[in-house]
Amino acid sequence: MDNEKDILEVRNLQVDFKTYAGDVKAIRNVSFDLRKGETLAIVGESGSGKSVTTRTIMGLNASNARITSGSIMYKGQDLLKKSEKEMQAIRGQDIAEIFQDPMTSLDPTMRIGRQIAEPLMIHKGMKKEKALKQALEMMKLVGITDAENRMNDYPHQFSGGMRQRIVIAIALVNYPEVLIADEPTTALDVTIQAQILNLMKELQDKISTSIIFITHDLGVVAGMADRVAVMYAGKIVEYGTVDEIFYNPKHPYTWGLLSSMPTLDTKGDELPSIPGTPPDLLDPPTGDAFAARNQYALKIDTEKEPPFFKVSDTHYAATWLLHPDAPKVTPPAQIVARQKQYAKMQKDLLAQQQHHGPVEEEEEQQ
Amino acid sequence: MAKYLAKRIFYLILTLFIVITVTFFLMKLLPGTPLTNQAKLSKSQIALIYKQYGLDKPVWQQYVLYLAGAVKGNFGTSFQFSDQPVSYLISSRIEPSLQIGLQAIIVGVIVGIIIGAFGAMKQNSWVDTSATVVSILGISIPSFVLAVLLQYYLGLKLGWFPIAEWGGFSYTVLPTLALAAAPLAESARFVRTEMVDVLSSDYIELAKAKGLSRMGVIYHHALRNSLIPLITIVGPLAVNIMTGSMVVENIFSIPGIGEQFVKSVLTNDYPTIMGLTIVYSFMLCVVLLITDILYGIVDPRIRITGKAN
Repeated sequence: MDNEKDILEVRNLQVDFKTYAGDVKAIRNVSFDLRKGETLAIVGESGSGKSVTTRTIMGLNASNARITSGSIMYKGQDLLKKSEKEMQAIRGQDIAEIFQDPMTSLDPTMRIGRQIAEPLMIHKGMKKEKALKQALEMMKLVGITDAENRMNDYPHQFSGGMRQRIVIAIALVNYPEVLIADEPTTALDVTIQAQILNLMKELQDKISTSIIFITHDLGVVAGMADRVAVMYAGKIVEYGTVDEIFYNPKHPYTWGLLSSMPTLDTKGDELPSIPGTPPDLLDPPTGDAFAARNQYALKIDTEKEPPFFKVSDTHYAATWLLHPDAPKVTPPAQIVARQKQYAKMQKDLLAQQQHHGPVEEEEEQQ
Repeated sequence: MAKYLAKRIFYLILTLFIVITVTFFLMKLLPGTPLTNQAKLSKSQIALIYKQYGLDKPVWQQYVLYLAGAVKGNFGTSFQFSDQPVSYLISSRIEPSLQIGLQAIIVGVIVGIIIGAFGAMKQNSWVDTSATVVSILGISIPSFVLAVLLQYYLGLKLGWFPIAEWGGFSYTVLPTLALAAAPLAESARFVRTEMVDVLSSDYIELAKAKGLSRMGVIYHHALRNSLIPLITIVGPLAVNIMTGSMVVENIFSIPGIGEQFVKSVLTNDYPTIMGLTIVYSFMLCVVLLITDILYGIVDPRIRITGKAN
């Protein structure tokens, strides 16, 4: 998987939180890559460790967090070995972050022009006037109308969607290599969500940044991401391209997630849900952490942790169901339908390729 | 803004009127008379003195007369110092009171902010614990106890400062310290709580994500946001100092209005009591008005006027 296209390589990351009750093992051996220019979505329910992963990358974990092993390689350097001072130079310059709630993530007593200009003043050593000029350009870029006047306004004078645009402007003003978006649309209305997502995609093309997109909303993932990593109980359980995860999922947890997402084809009165609750990470279960909630669980799931099985070059899943000796199970009806659709898509693609030659394929990969 | 100010000034006058009325009638319920040696005076002498000071009239008439005078700026003459108009008595004595009062609130609030901010930054460390101990001591020890302790140790034993009397800056140090303890403790406690709150807020997280250093985060984002609410308690703190000063001025023999107030109450010096009550209420109202205006200036969210958009 090591390859020069990777801008960020997270390897065997383990993060514990010291609490009075004991050590909470929030991240348990997580590895993933972020390629240049791509959007990687990390999907999972609350408490699965998505946000802790990104905080660890930023070096902004709570004081009771302990990184017990692993490395985060950025441009050949391990971020985990950097001092606080060195991390300050990276934050907001190479790696920037957008937060969940735009209503609370702006300083209520500072003019927004100044807030956007701040990263320029910190990292580029710009004087205030010059930084403000550049901040103005950024405001126009993120689509704030009448930016000249509005840069002297305070956050409370903007709507939620506009504030998230401002937060995006702050994050992107230094053209960072990596943008971490931690549920950037969760707190917004659905109509505004679409606007913000479109804006992010548009800006990603303009300033060629790579995005780690944290979300629990699979609907958002479909339109946004190139690749998806599904997290459960502090581990990545399946990863692959968007099509692979959406149409050919292999892990029962991914099945559950996809089934519980309503689509236009959803029939019946009740939306399926995953029974039970996530395991207690103070004392993670042996074997597959999802086994207790998994109707397809095998005996070995409770005894031995499943390794990643290869589905395709880009698609891996950690479930014993993929072991050659595992019994064949039939996934939920909705997943079967998705897999059929996927098979058809692959067939169509193949037919098209034979028709037009391999040029089409390259385009598909981009 | 002008409309807002006019409204506030109207309320200020209304407040003063109510204070005057209530104090006037309460004062008349005080036991005793303004006369020092009543036993040695004959009935006709007392009647004569009462007539001279207008005390022979019914209370409601005295009240109306007082109001009429007060509106014209005439607050009567003191009973204790028979030639001195109350307005002169107060104006000649207000300076020492203002000086130690202002010094106390400035020293108290600034040191309180520093202690509180460090406590919040080093939450749950020994710095924080000592800051908390200082606050608890400052709040629980009354200013007059502290005054006496300061007099004894810093004044008498170490001889660093004069113990009592008035005359130059060195005489103001001990009373200032005695009065500053309460606002120091209050504001330290307040700033610590606010700052702990602010430091865990999302915009501080964003400030860190921008790459600001620890001190940069505190200086540019945390401080201003945690100090704004402090303005709300500066009013009550000023009241604290005003009431505290009455006793503390007595302890240090400072010729201020606080000391005068205590004397006037003890001798039933009605015009002086009234005059000083008005001065205290007026200062209090002005402090509250100033804090409200200040609040609007430093916090953009509650500006009274703004652009009409």
